[in-house]
Amino acid sequence: MQTRTEIGYNSKVEGDVVVTRLDAAINWFRKNSLWPMPMGLACCAIELMAAGASRFDIARFGAEVMRFSPRQSDVMIVAGTVTYKMALAVKRIYDQMAEPKWVIAMGACASTGGMYRSYAVLQGVDNILPVDVYVAGCPPRPEALLDALIKLQSQVATEPVLSTWKTVS
Amino acid sequence: MEDGELRTIGDSQTAKNTVAPIDLAKQLETRFGELLSEPAEFRNEITIKVSDAERIPEVCDFAKKDLGFDYLTDISSLDNYGDDPRFTLVYHLYGYGHHCHLRLKTDVSEEKSEAPTVTGIWRTADWHEREIYDMMGIRFRGHPDLRRILMWEGYPYFPLRKDFPLAGRPSDLPEVAFTAPAPMAGGPFVTIAGGKDTISREPRVRIPDTDSLGMNARVERRKDIQQSHGRAHGPGPVESRQPNG
Repeated sequence: MQTRTEIGYNSKVEGDVVVTRLDAAINWFRKNSLWPMPMGLACCAIELMAAGASRFDIARFGAEVMRFSPRQSDVMIVAGTVTYKMALAVKRIYDQMAEPKWVIAMGACASTGGMYRSYAVLQGVDNILPVDVYVAGCPPRPEALLDALIKLQSQVATEPVLSTWKTVS
Repeated sequence: MEDGELRTIGDSQTAKNTVAPIDLAKQLETRFGELLSEPAEFRNEITIKVSDAERIPEVCDFAKKDLGFDYLTDISSLDNYGDDPRFTLVYHLYGYGHHCHLRLKTDVSEEKSEAPTVTGIWRTADWHEREIYDMMGIRFRGHPDLRRILMWEGYPYFPLRKDFPLAGRPSDLPEVAFTAPAPMAGGPFVTIAGGKDTISREPRVRIPDTDSLGMNARVERRKDIQQSHGRAHGPGPVESRQPNG
C-alpha cells in the first residue's frame, strides 16, 4: 500500500485561519496571476509563443492568459525590435494598461536596439517605458523568459501595496 | 553547355521555342536605336542603359507587350553621390514565357529627382516606386498614390541617400513618431558619403562623421583617447537616453 501525504496547506492543522499581512496576500494574488500583454514585434515573439506552448508552459507561473487588450493586462512583454514607427503605438498601449503594471524587455532589440544601430530603430524600449526586467538573448530561449517572469514575480512580491495607498489618502 | 539548354529543363514549351536574351535586346535596339546603349551581357542577363529617363515607360511598354517581359521583378535605385547625374534607376524585368531577364538602367539628376511612373504598365510598380520615393526621394510622375511606404508621412529625410548618416538624424512629429541618432560607437561599418572605401581605410575603424549631429566635442575627446592609447578602437560614447515623445 502506498501512503499519500498532503503537501502544502493542511486544513487539519491550520483550521480556517491563515495569518499574514494584507500586503503579502495581495502581492501573492498578483504575482501568481500576471496576465501578459504580448507585444510581439519580431522573432522574439516566436520564442514568446513557445514559452506559452506545452513544452515550456508559462501557465506553470500563472501567466498563460495572453491578453490582446491592454485593459486586461498586467505585464507587457516587449518581444522584438521596436522601430520608431511603432514606438509611440507601444507607448500608447502601455498607457492604456491599468495599474499596477510591469514591463519585461525581451531580447537584445527591446533592451538596447540590439544589432540595429540604425536610423529606424529605437535604441531600447526603456527610452519610452519603465522596464522592470531585461532579458538577454537574440532571441532568448523560452527558459530565459520564464526566468525573467520568476524574477518579476519576486519583485512583485516585495512591492508595498497598502503603504502607498496611505500616503495618497 | 549551351545556355539555352539550361533554361529548357522540364519545360517542353520553351524547349521548342528557346529565346536568347540577346535576341530580345536586339529587338529593343532596332525599335529604339540611339536611345539605348550597347547591351551588356553577364551570366545570360542583359543590361541596357536608357539615355533619357522620360522615355522609360515607352521602352517598358514595348518590352512588355512585344517582347513578353510580363513580370517586373523589382525597381531599385542607386545614389552615385558626388557624380552628376546623381541617381540611377534600375528596372529588373523578367518574362515567364521565355524565362529571360532584362535590366534597364536610367539616370536621374538631383535637381530633377523625378521620373515617369510605370504603374500603367505593371501594377506592381506601385509599391516599388513608393519605396524608392521613401528611401531615395525620387518622385514618380503619374503615380496613383505616391506616399511613403516604410517611414511615416512627415518624416523629413530620405534615409538611403549616401549623405544620410547610418545613425540617423533627430526628428519629431508629435503624436506620430520621433527619431534620435543611434550610438554608433565608432563601428567599422559606418561610412561617409565621399569618404574612403573600406579597403583603402584599413584598419576599418573610423570616427563617425558626427559634426552634422552637433557632437564636435565628442570627436575631439575621441582623438585624445586615440592619441593616449595609440589605437583607433575604444569604448564608444554612450548616448544620453532622453525620452523624446
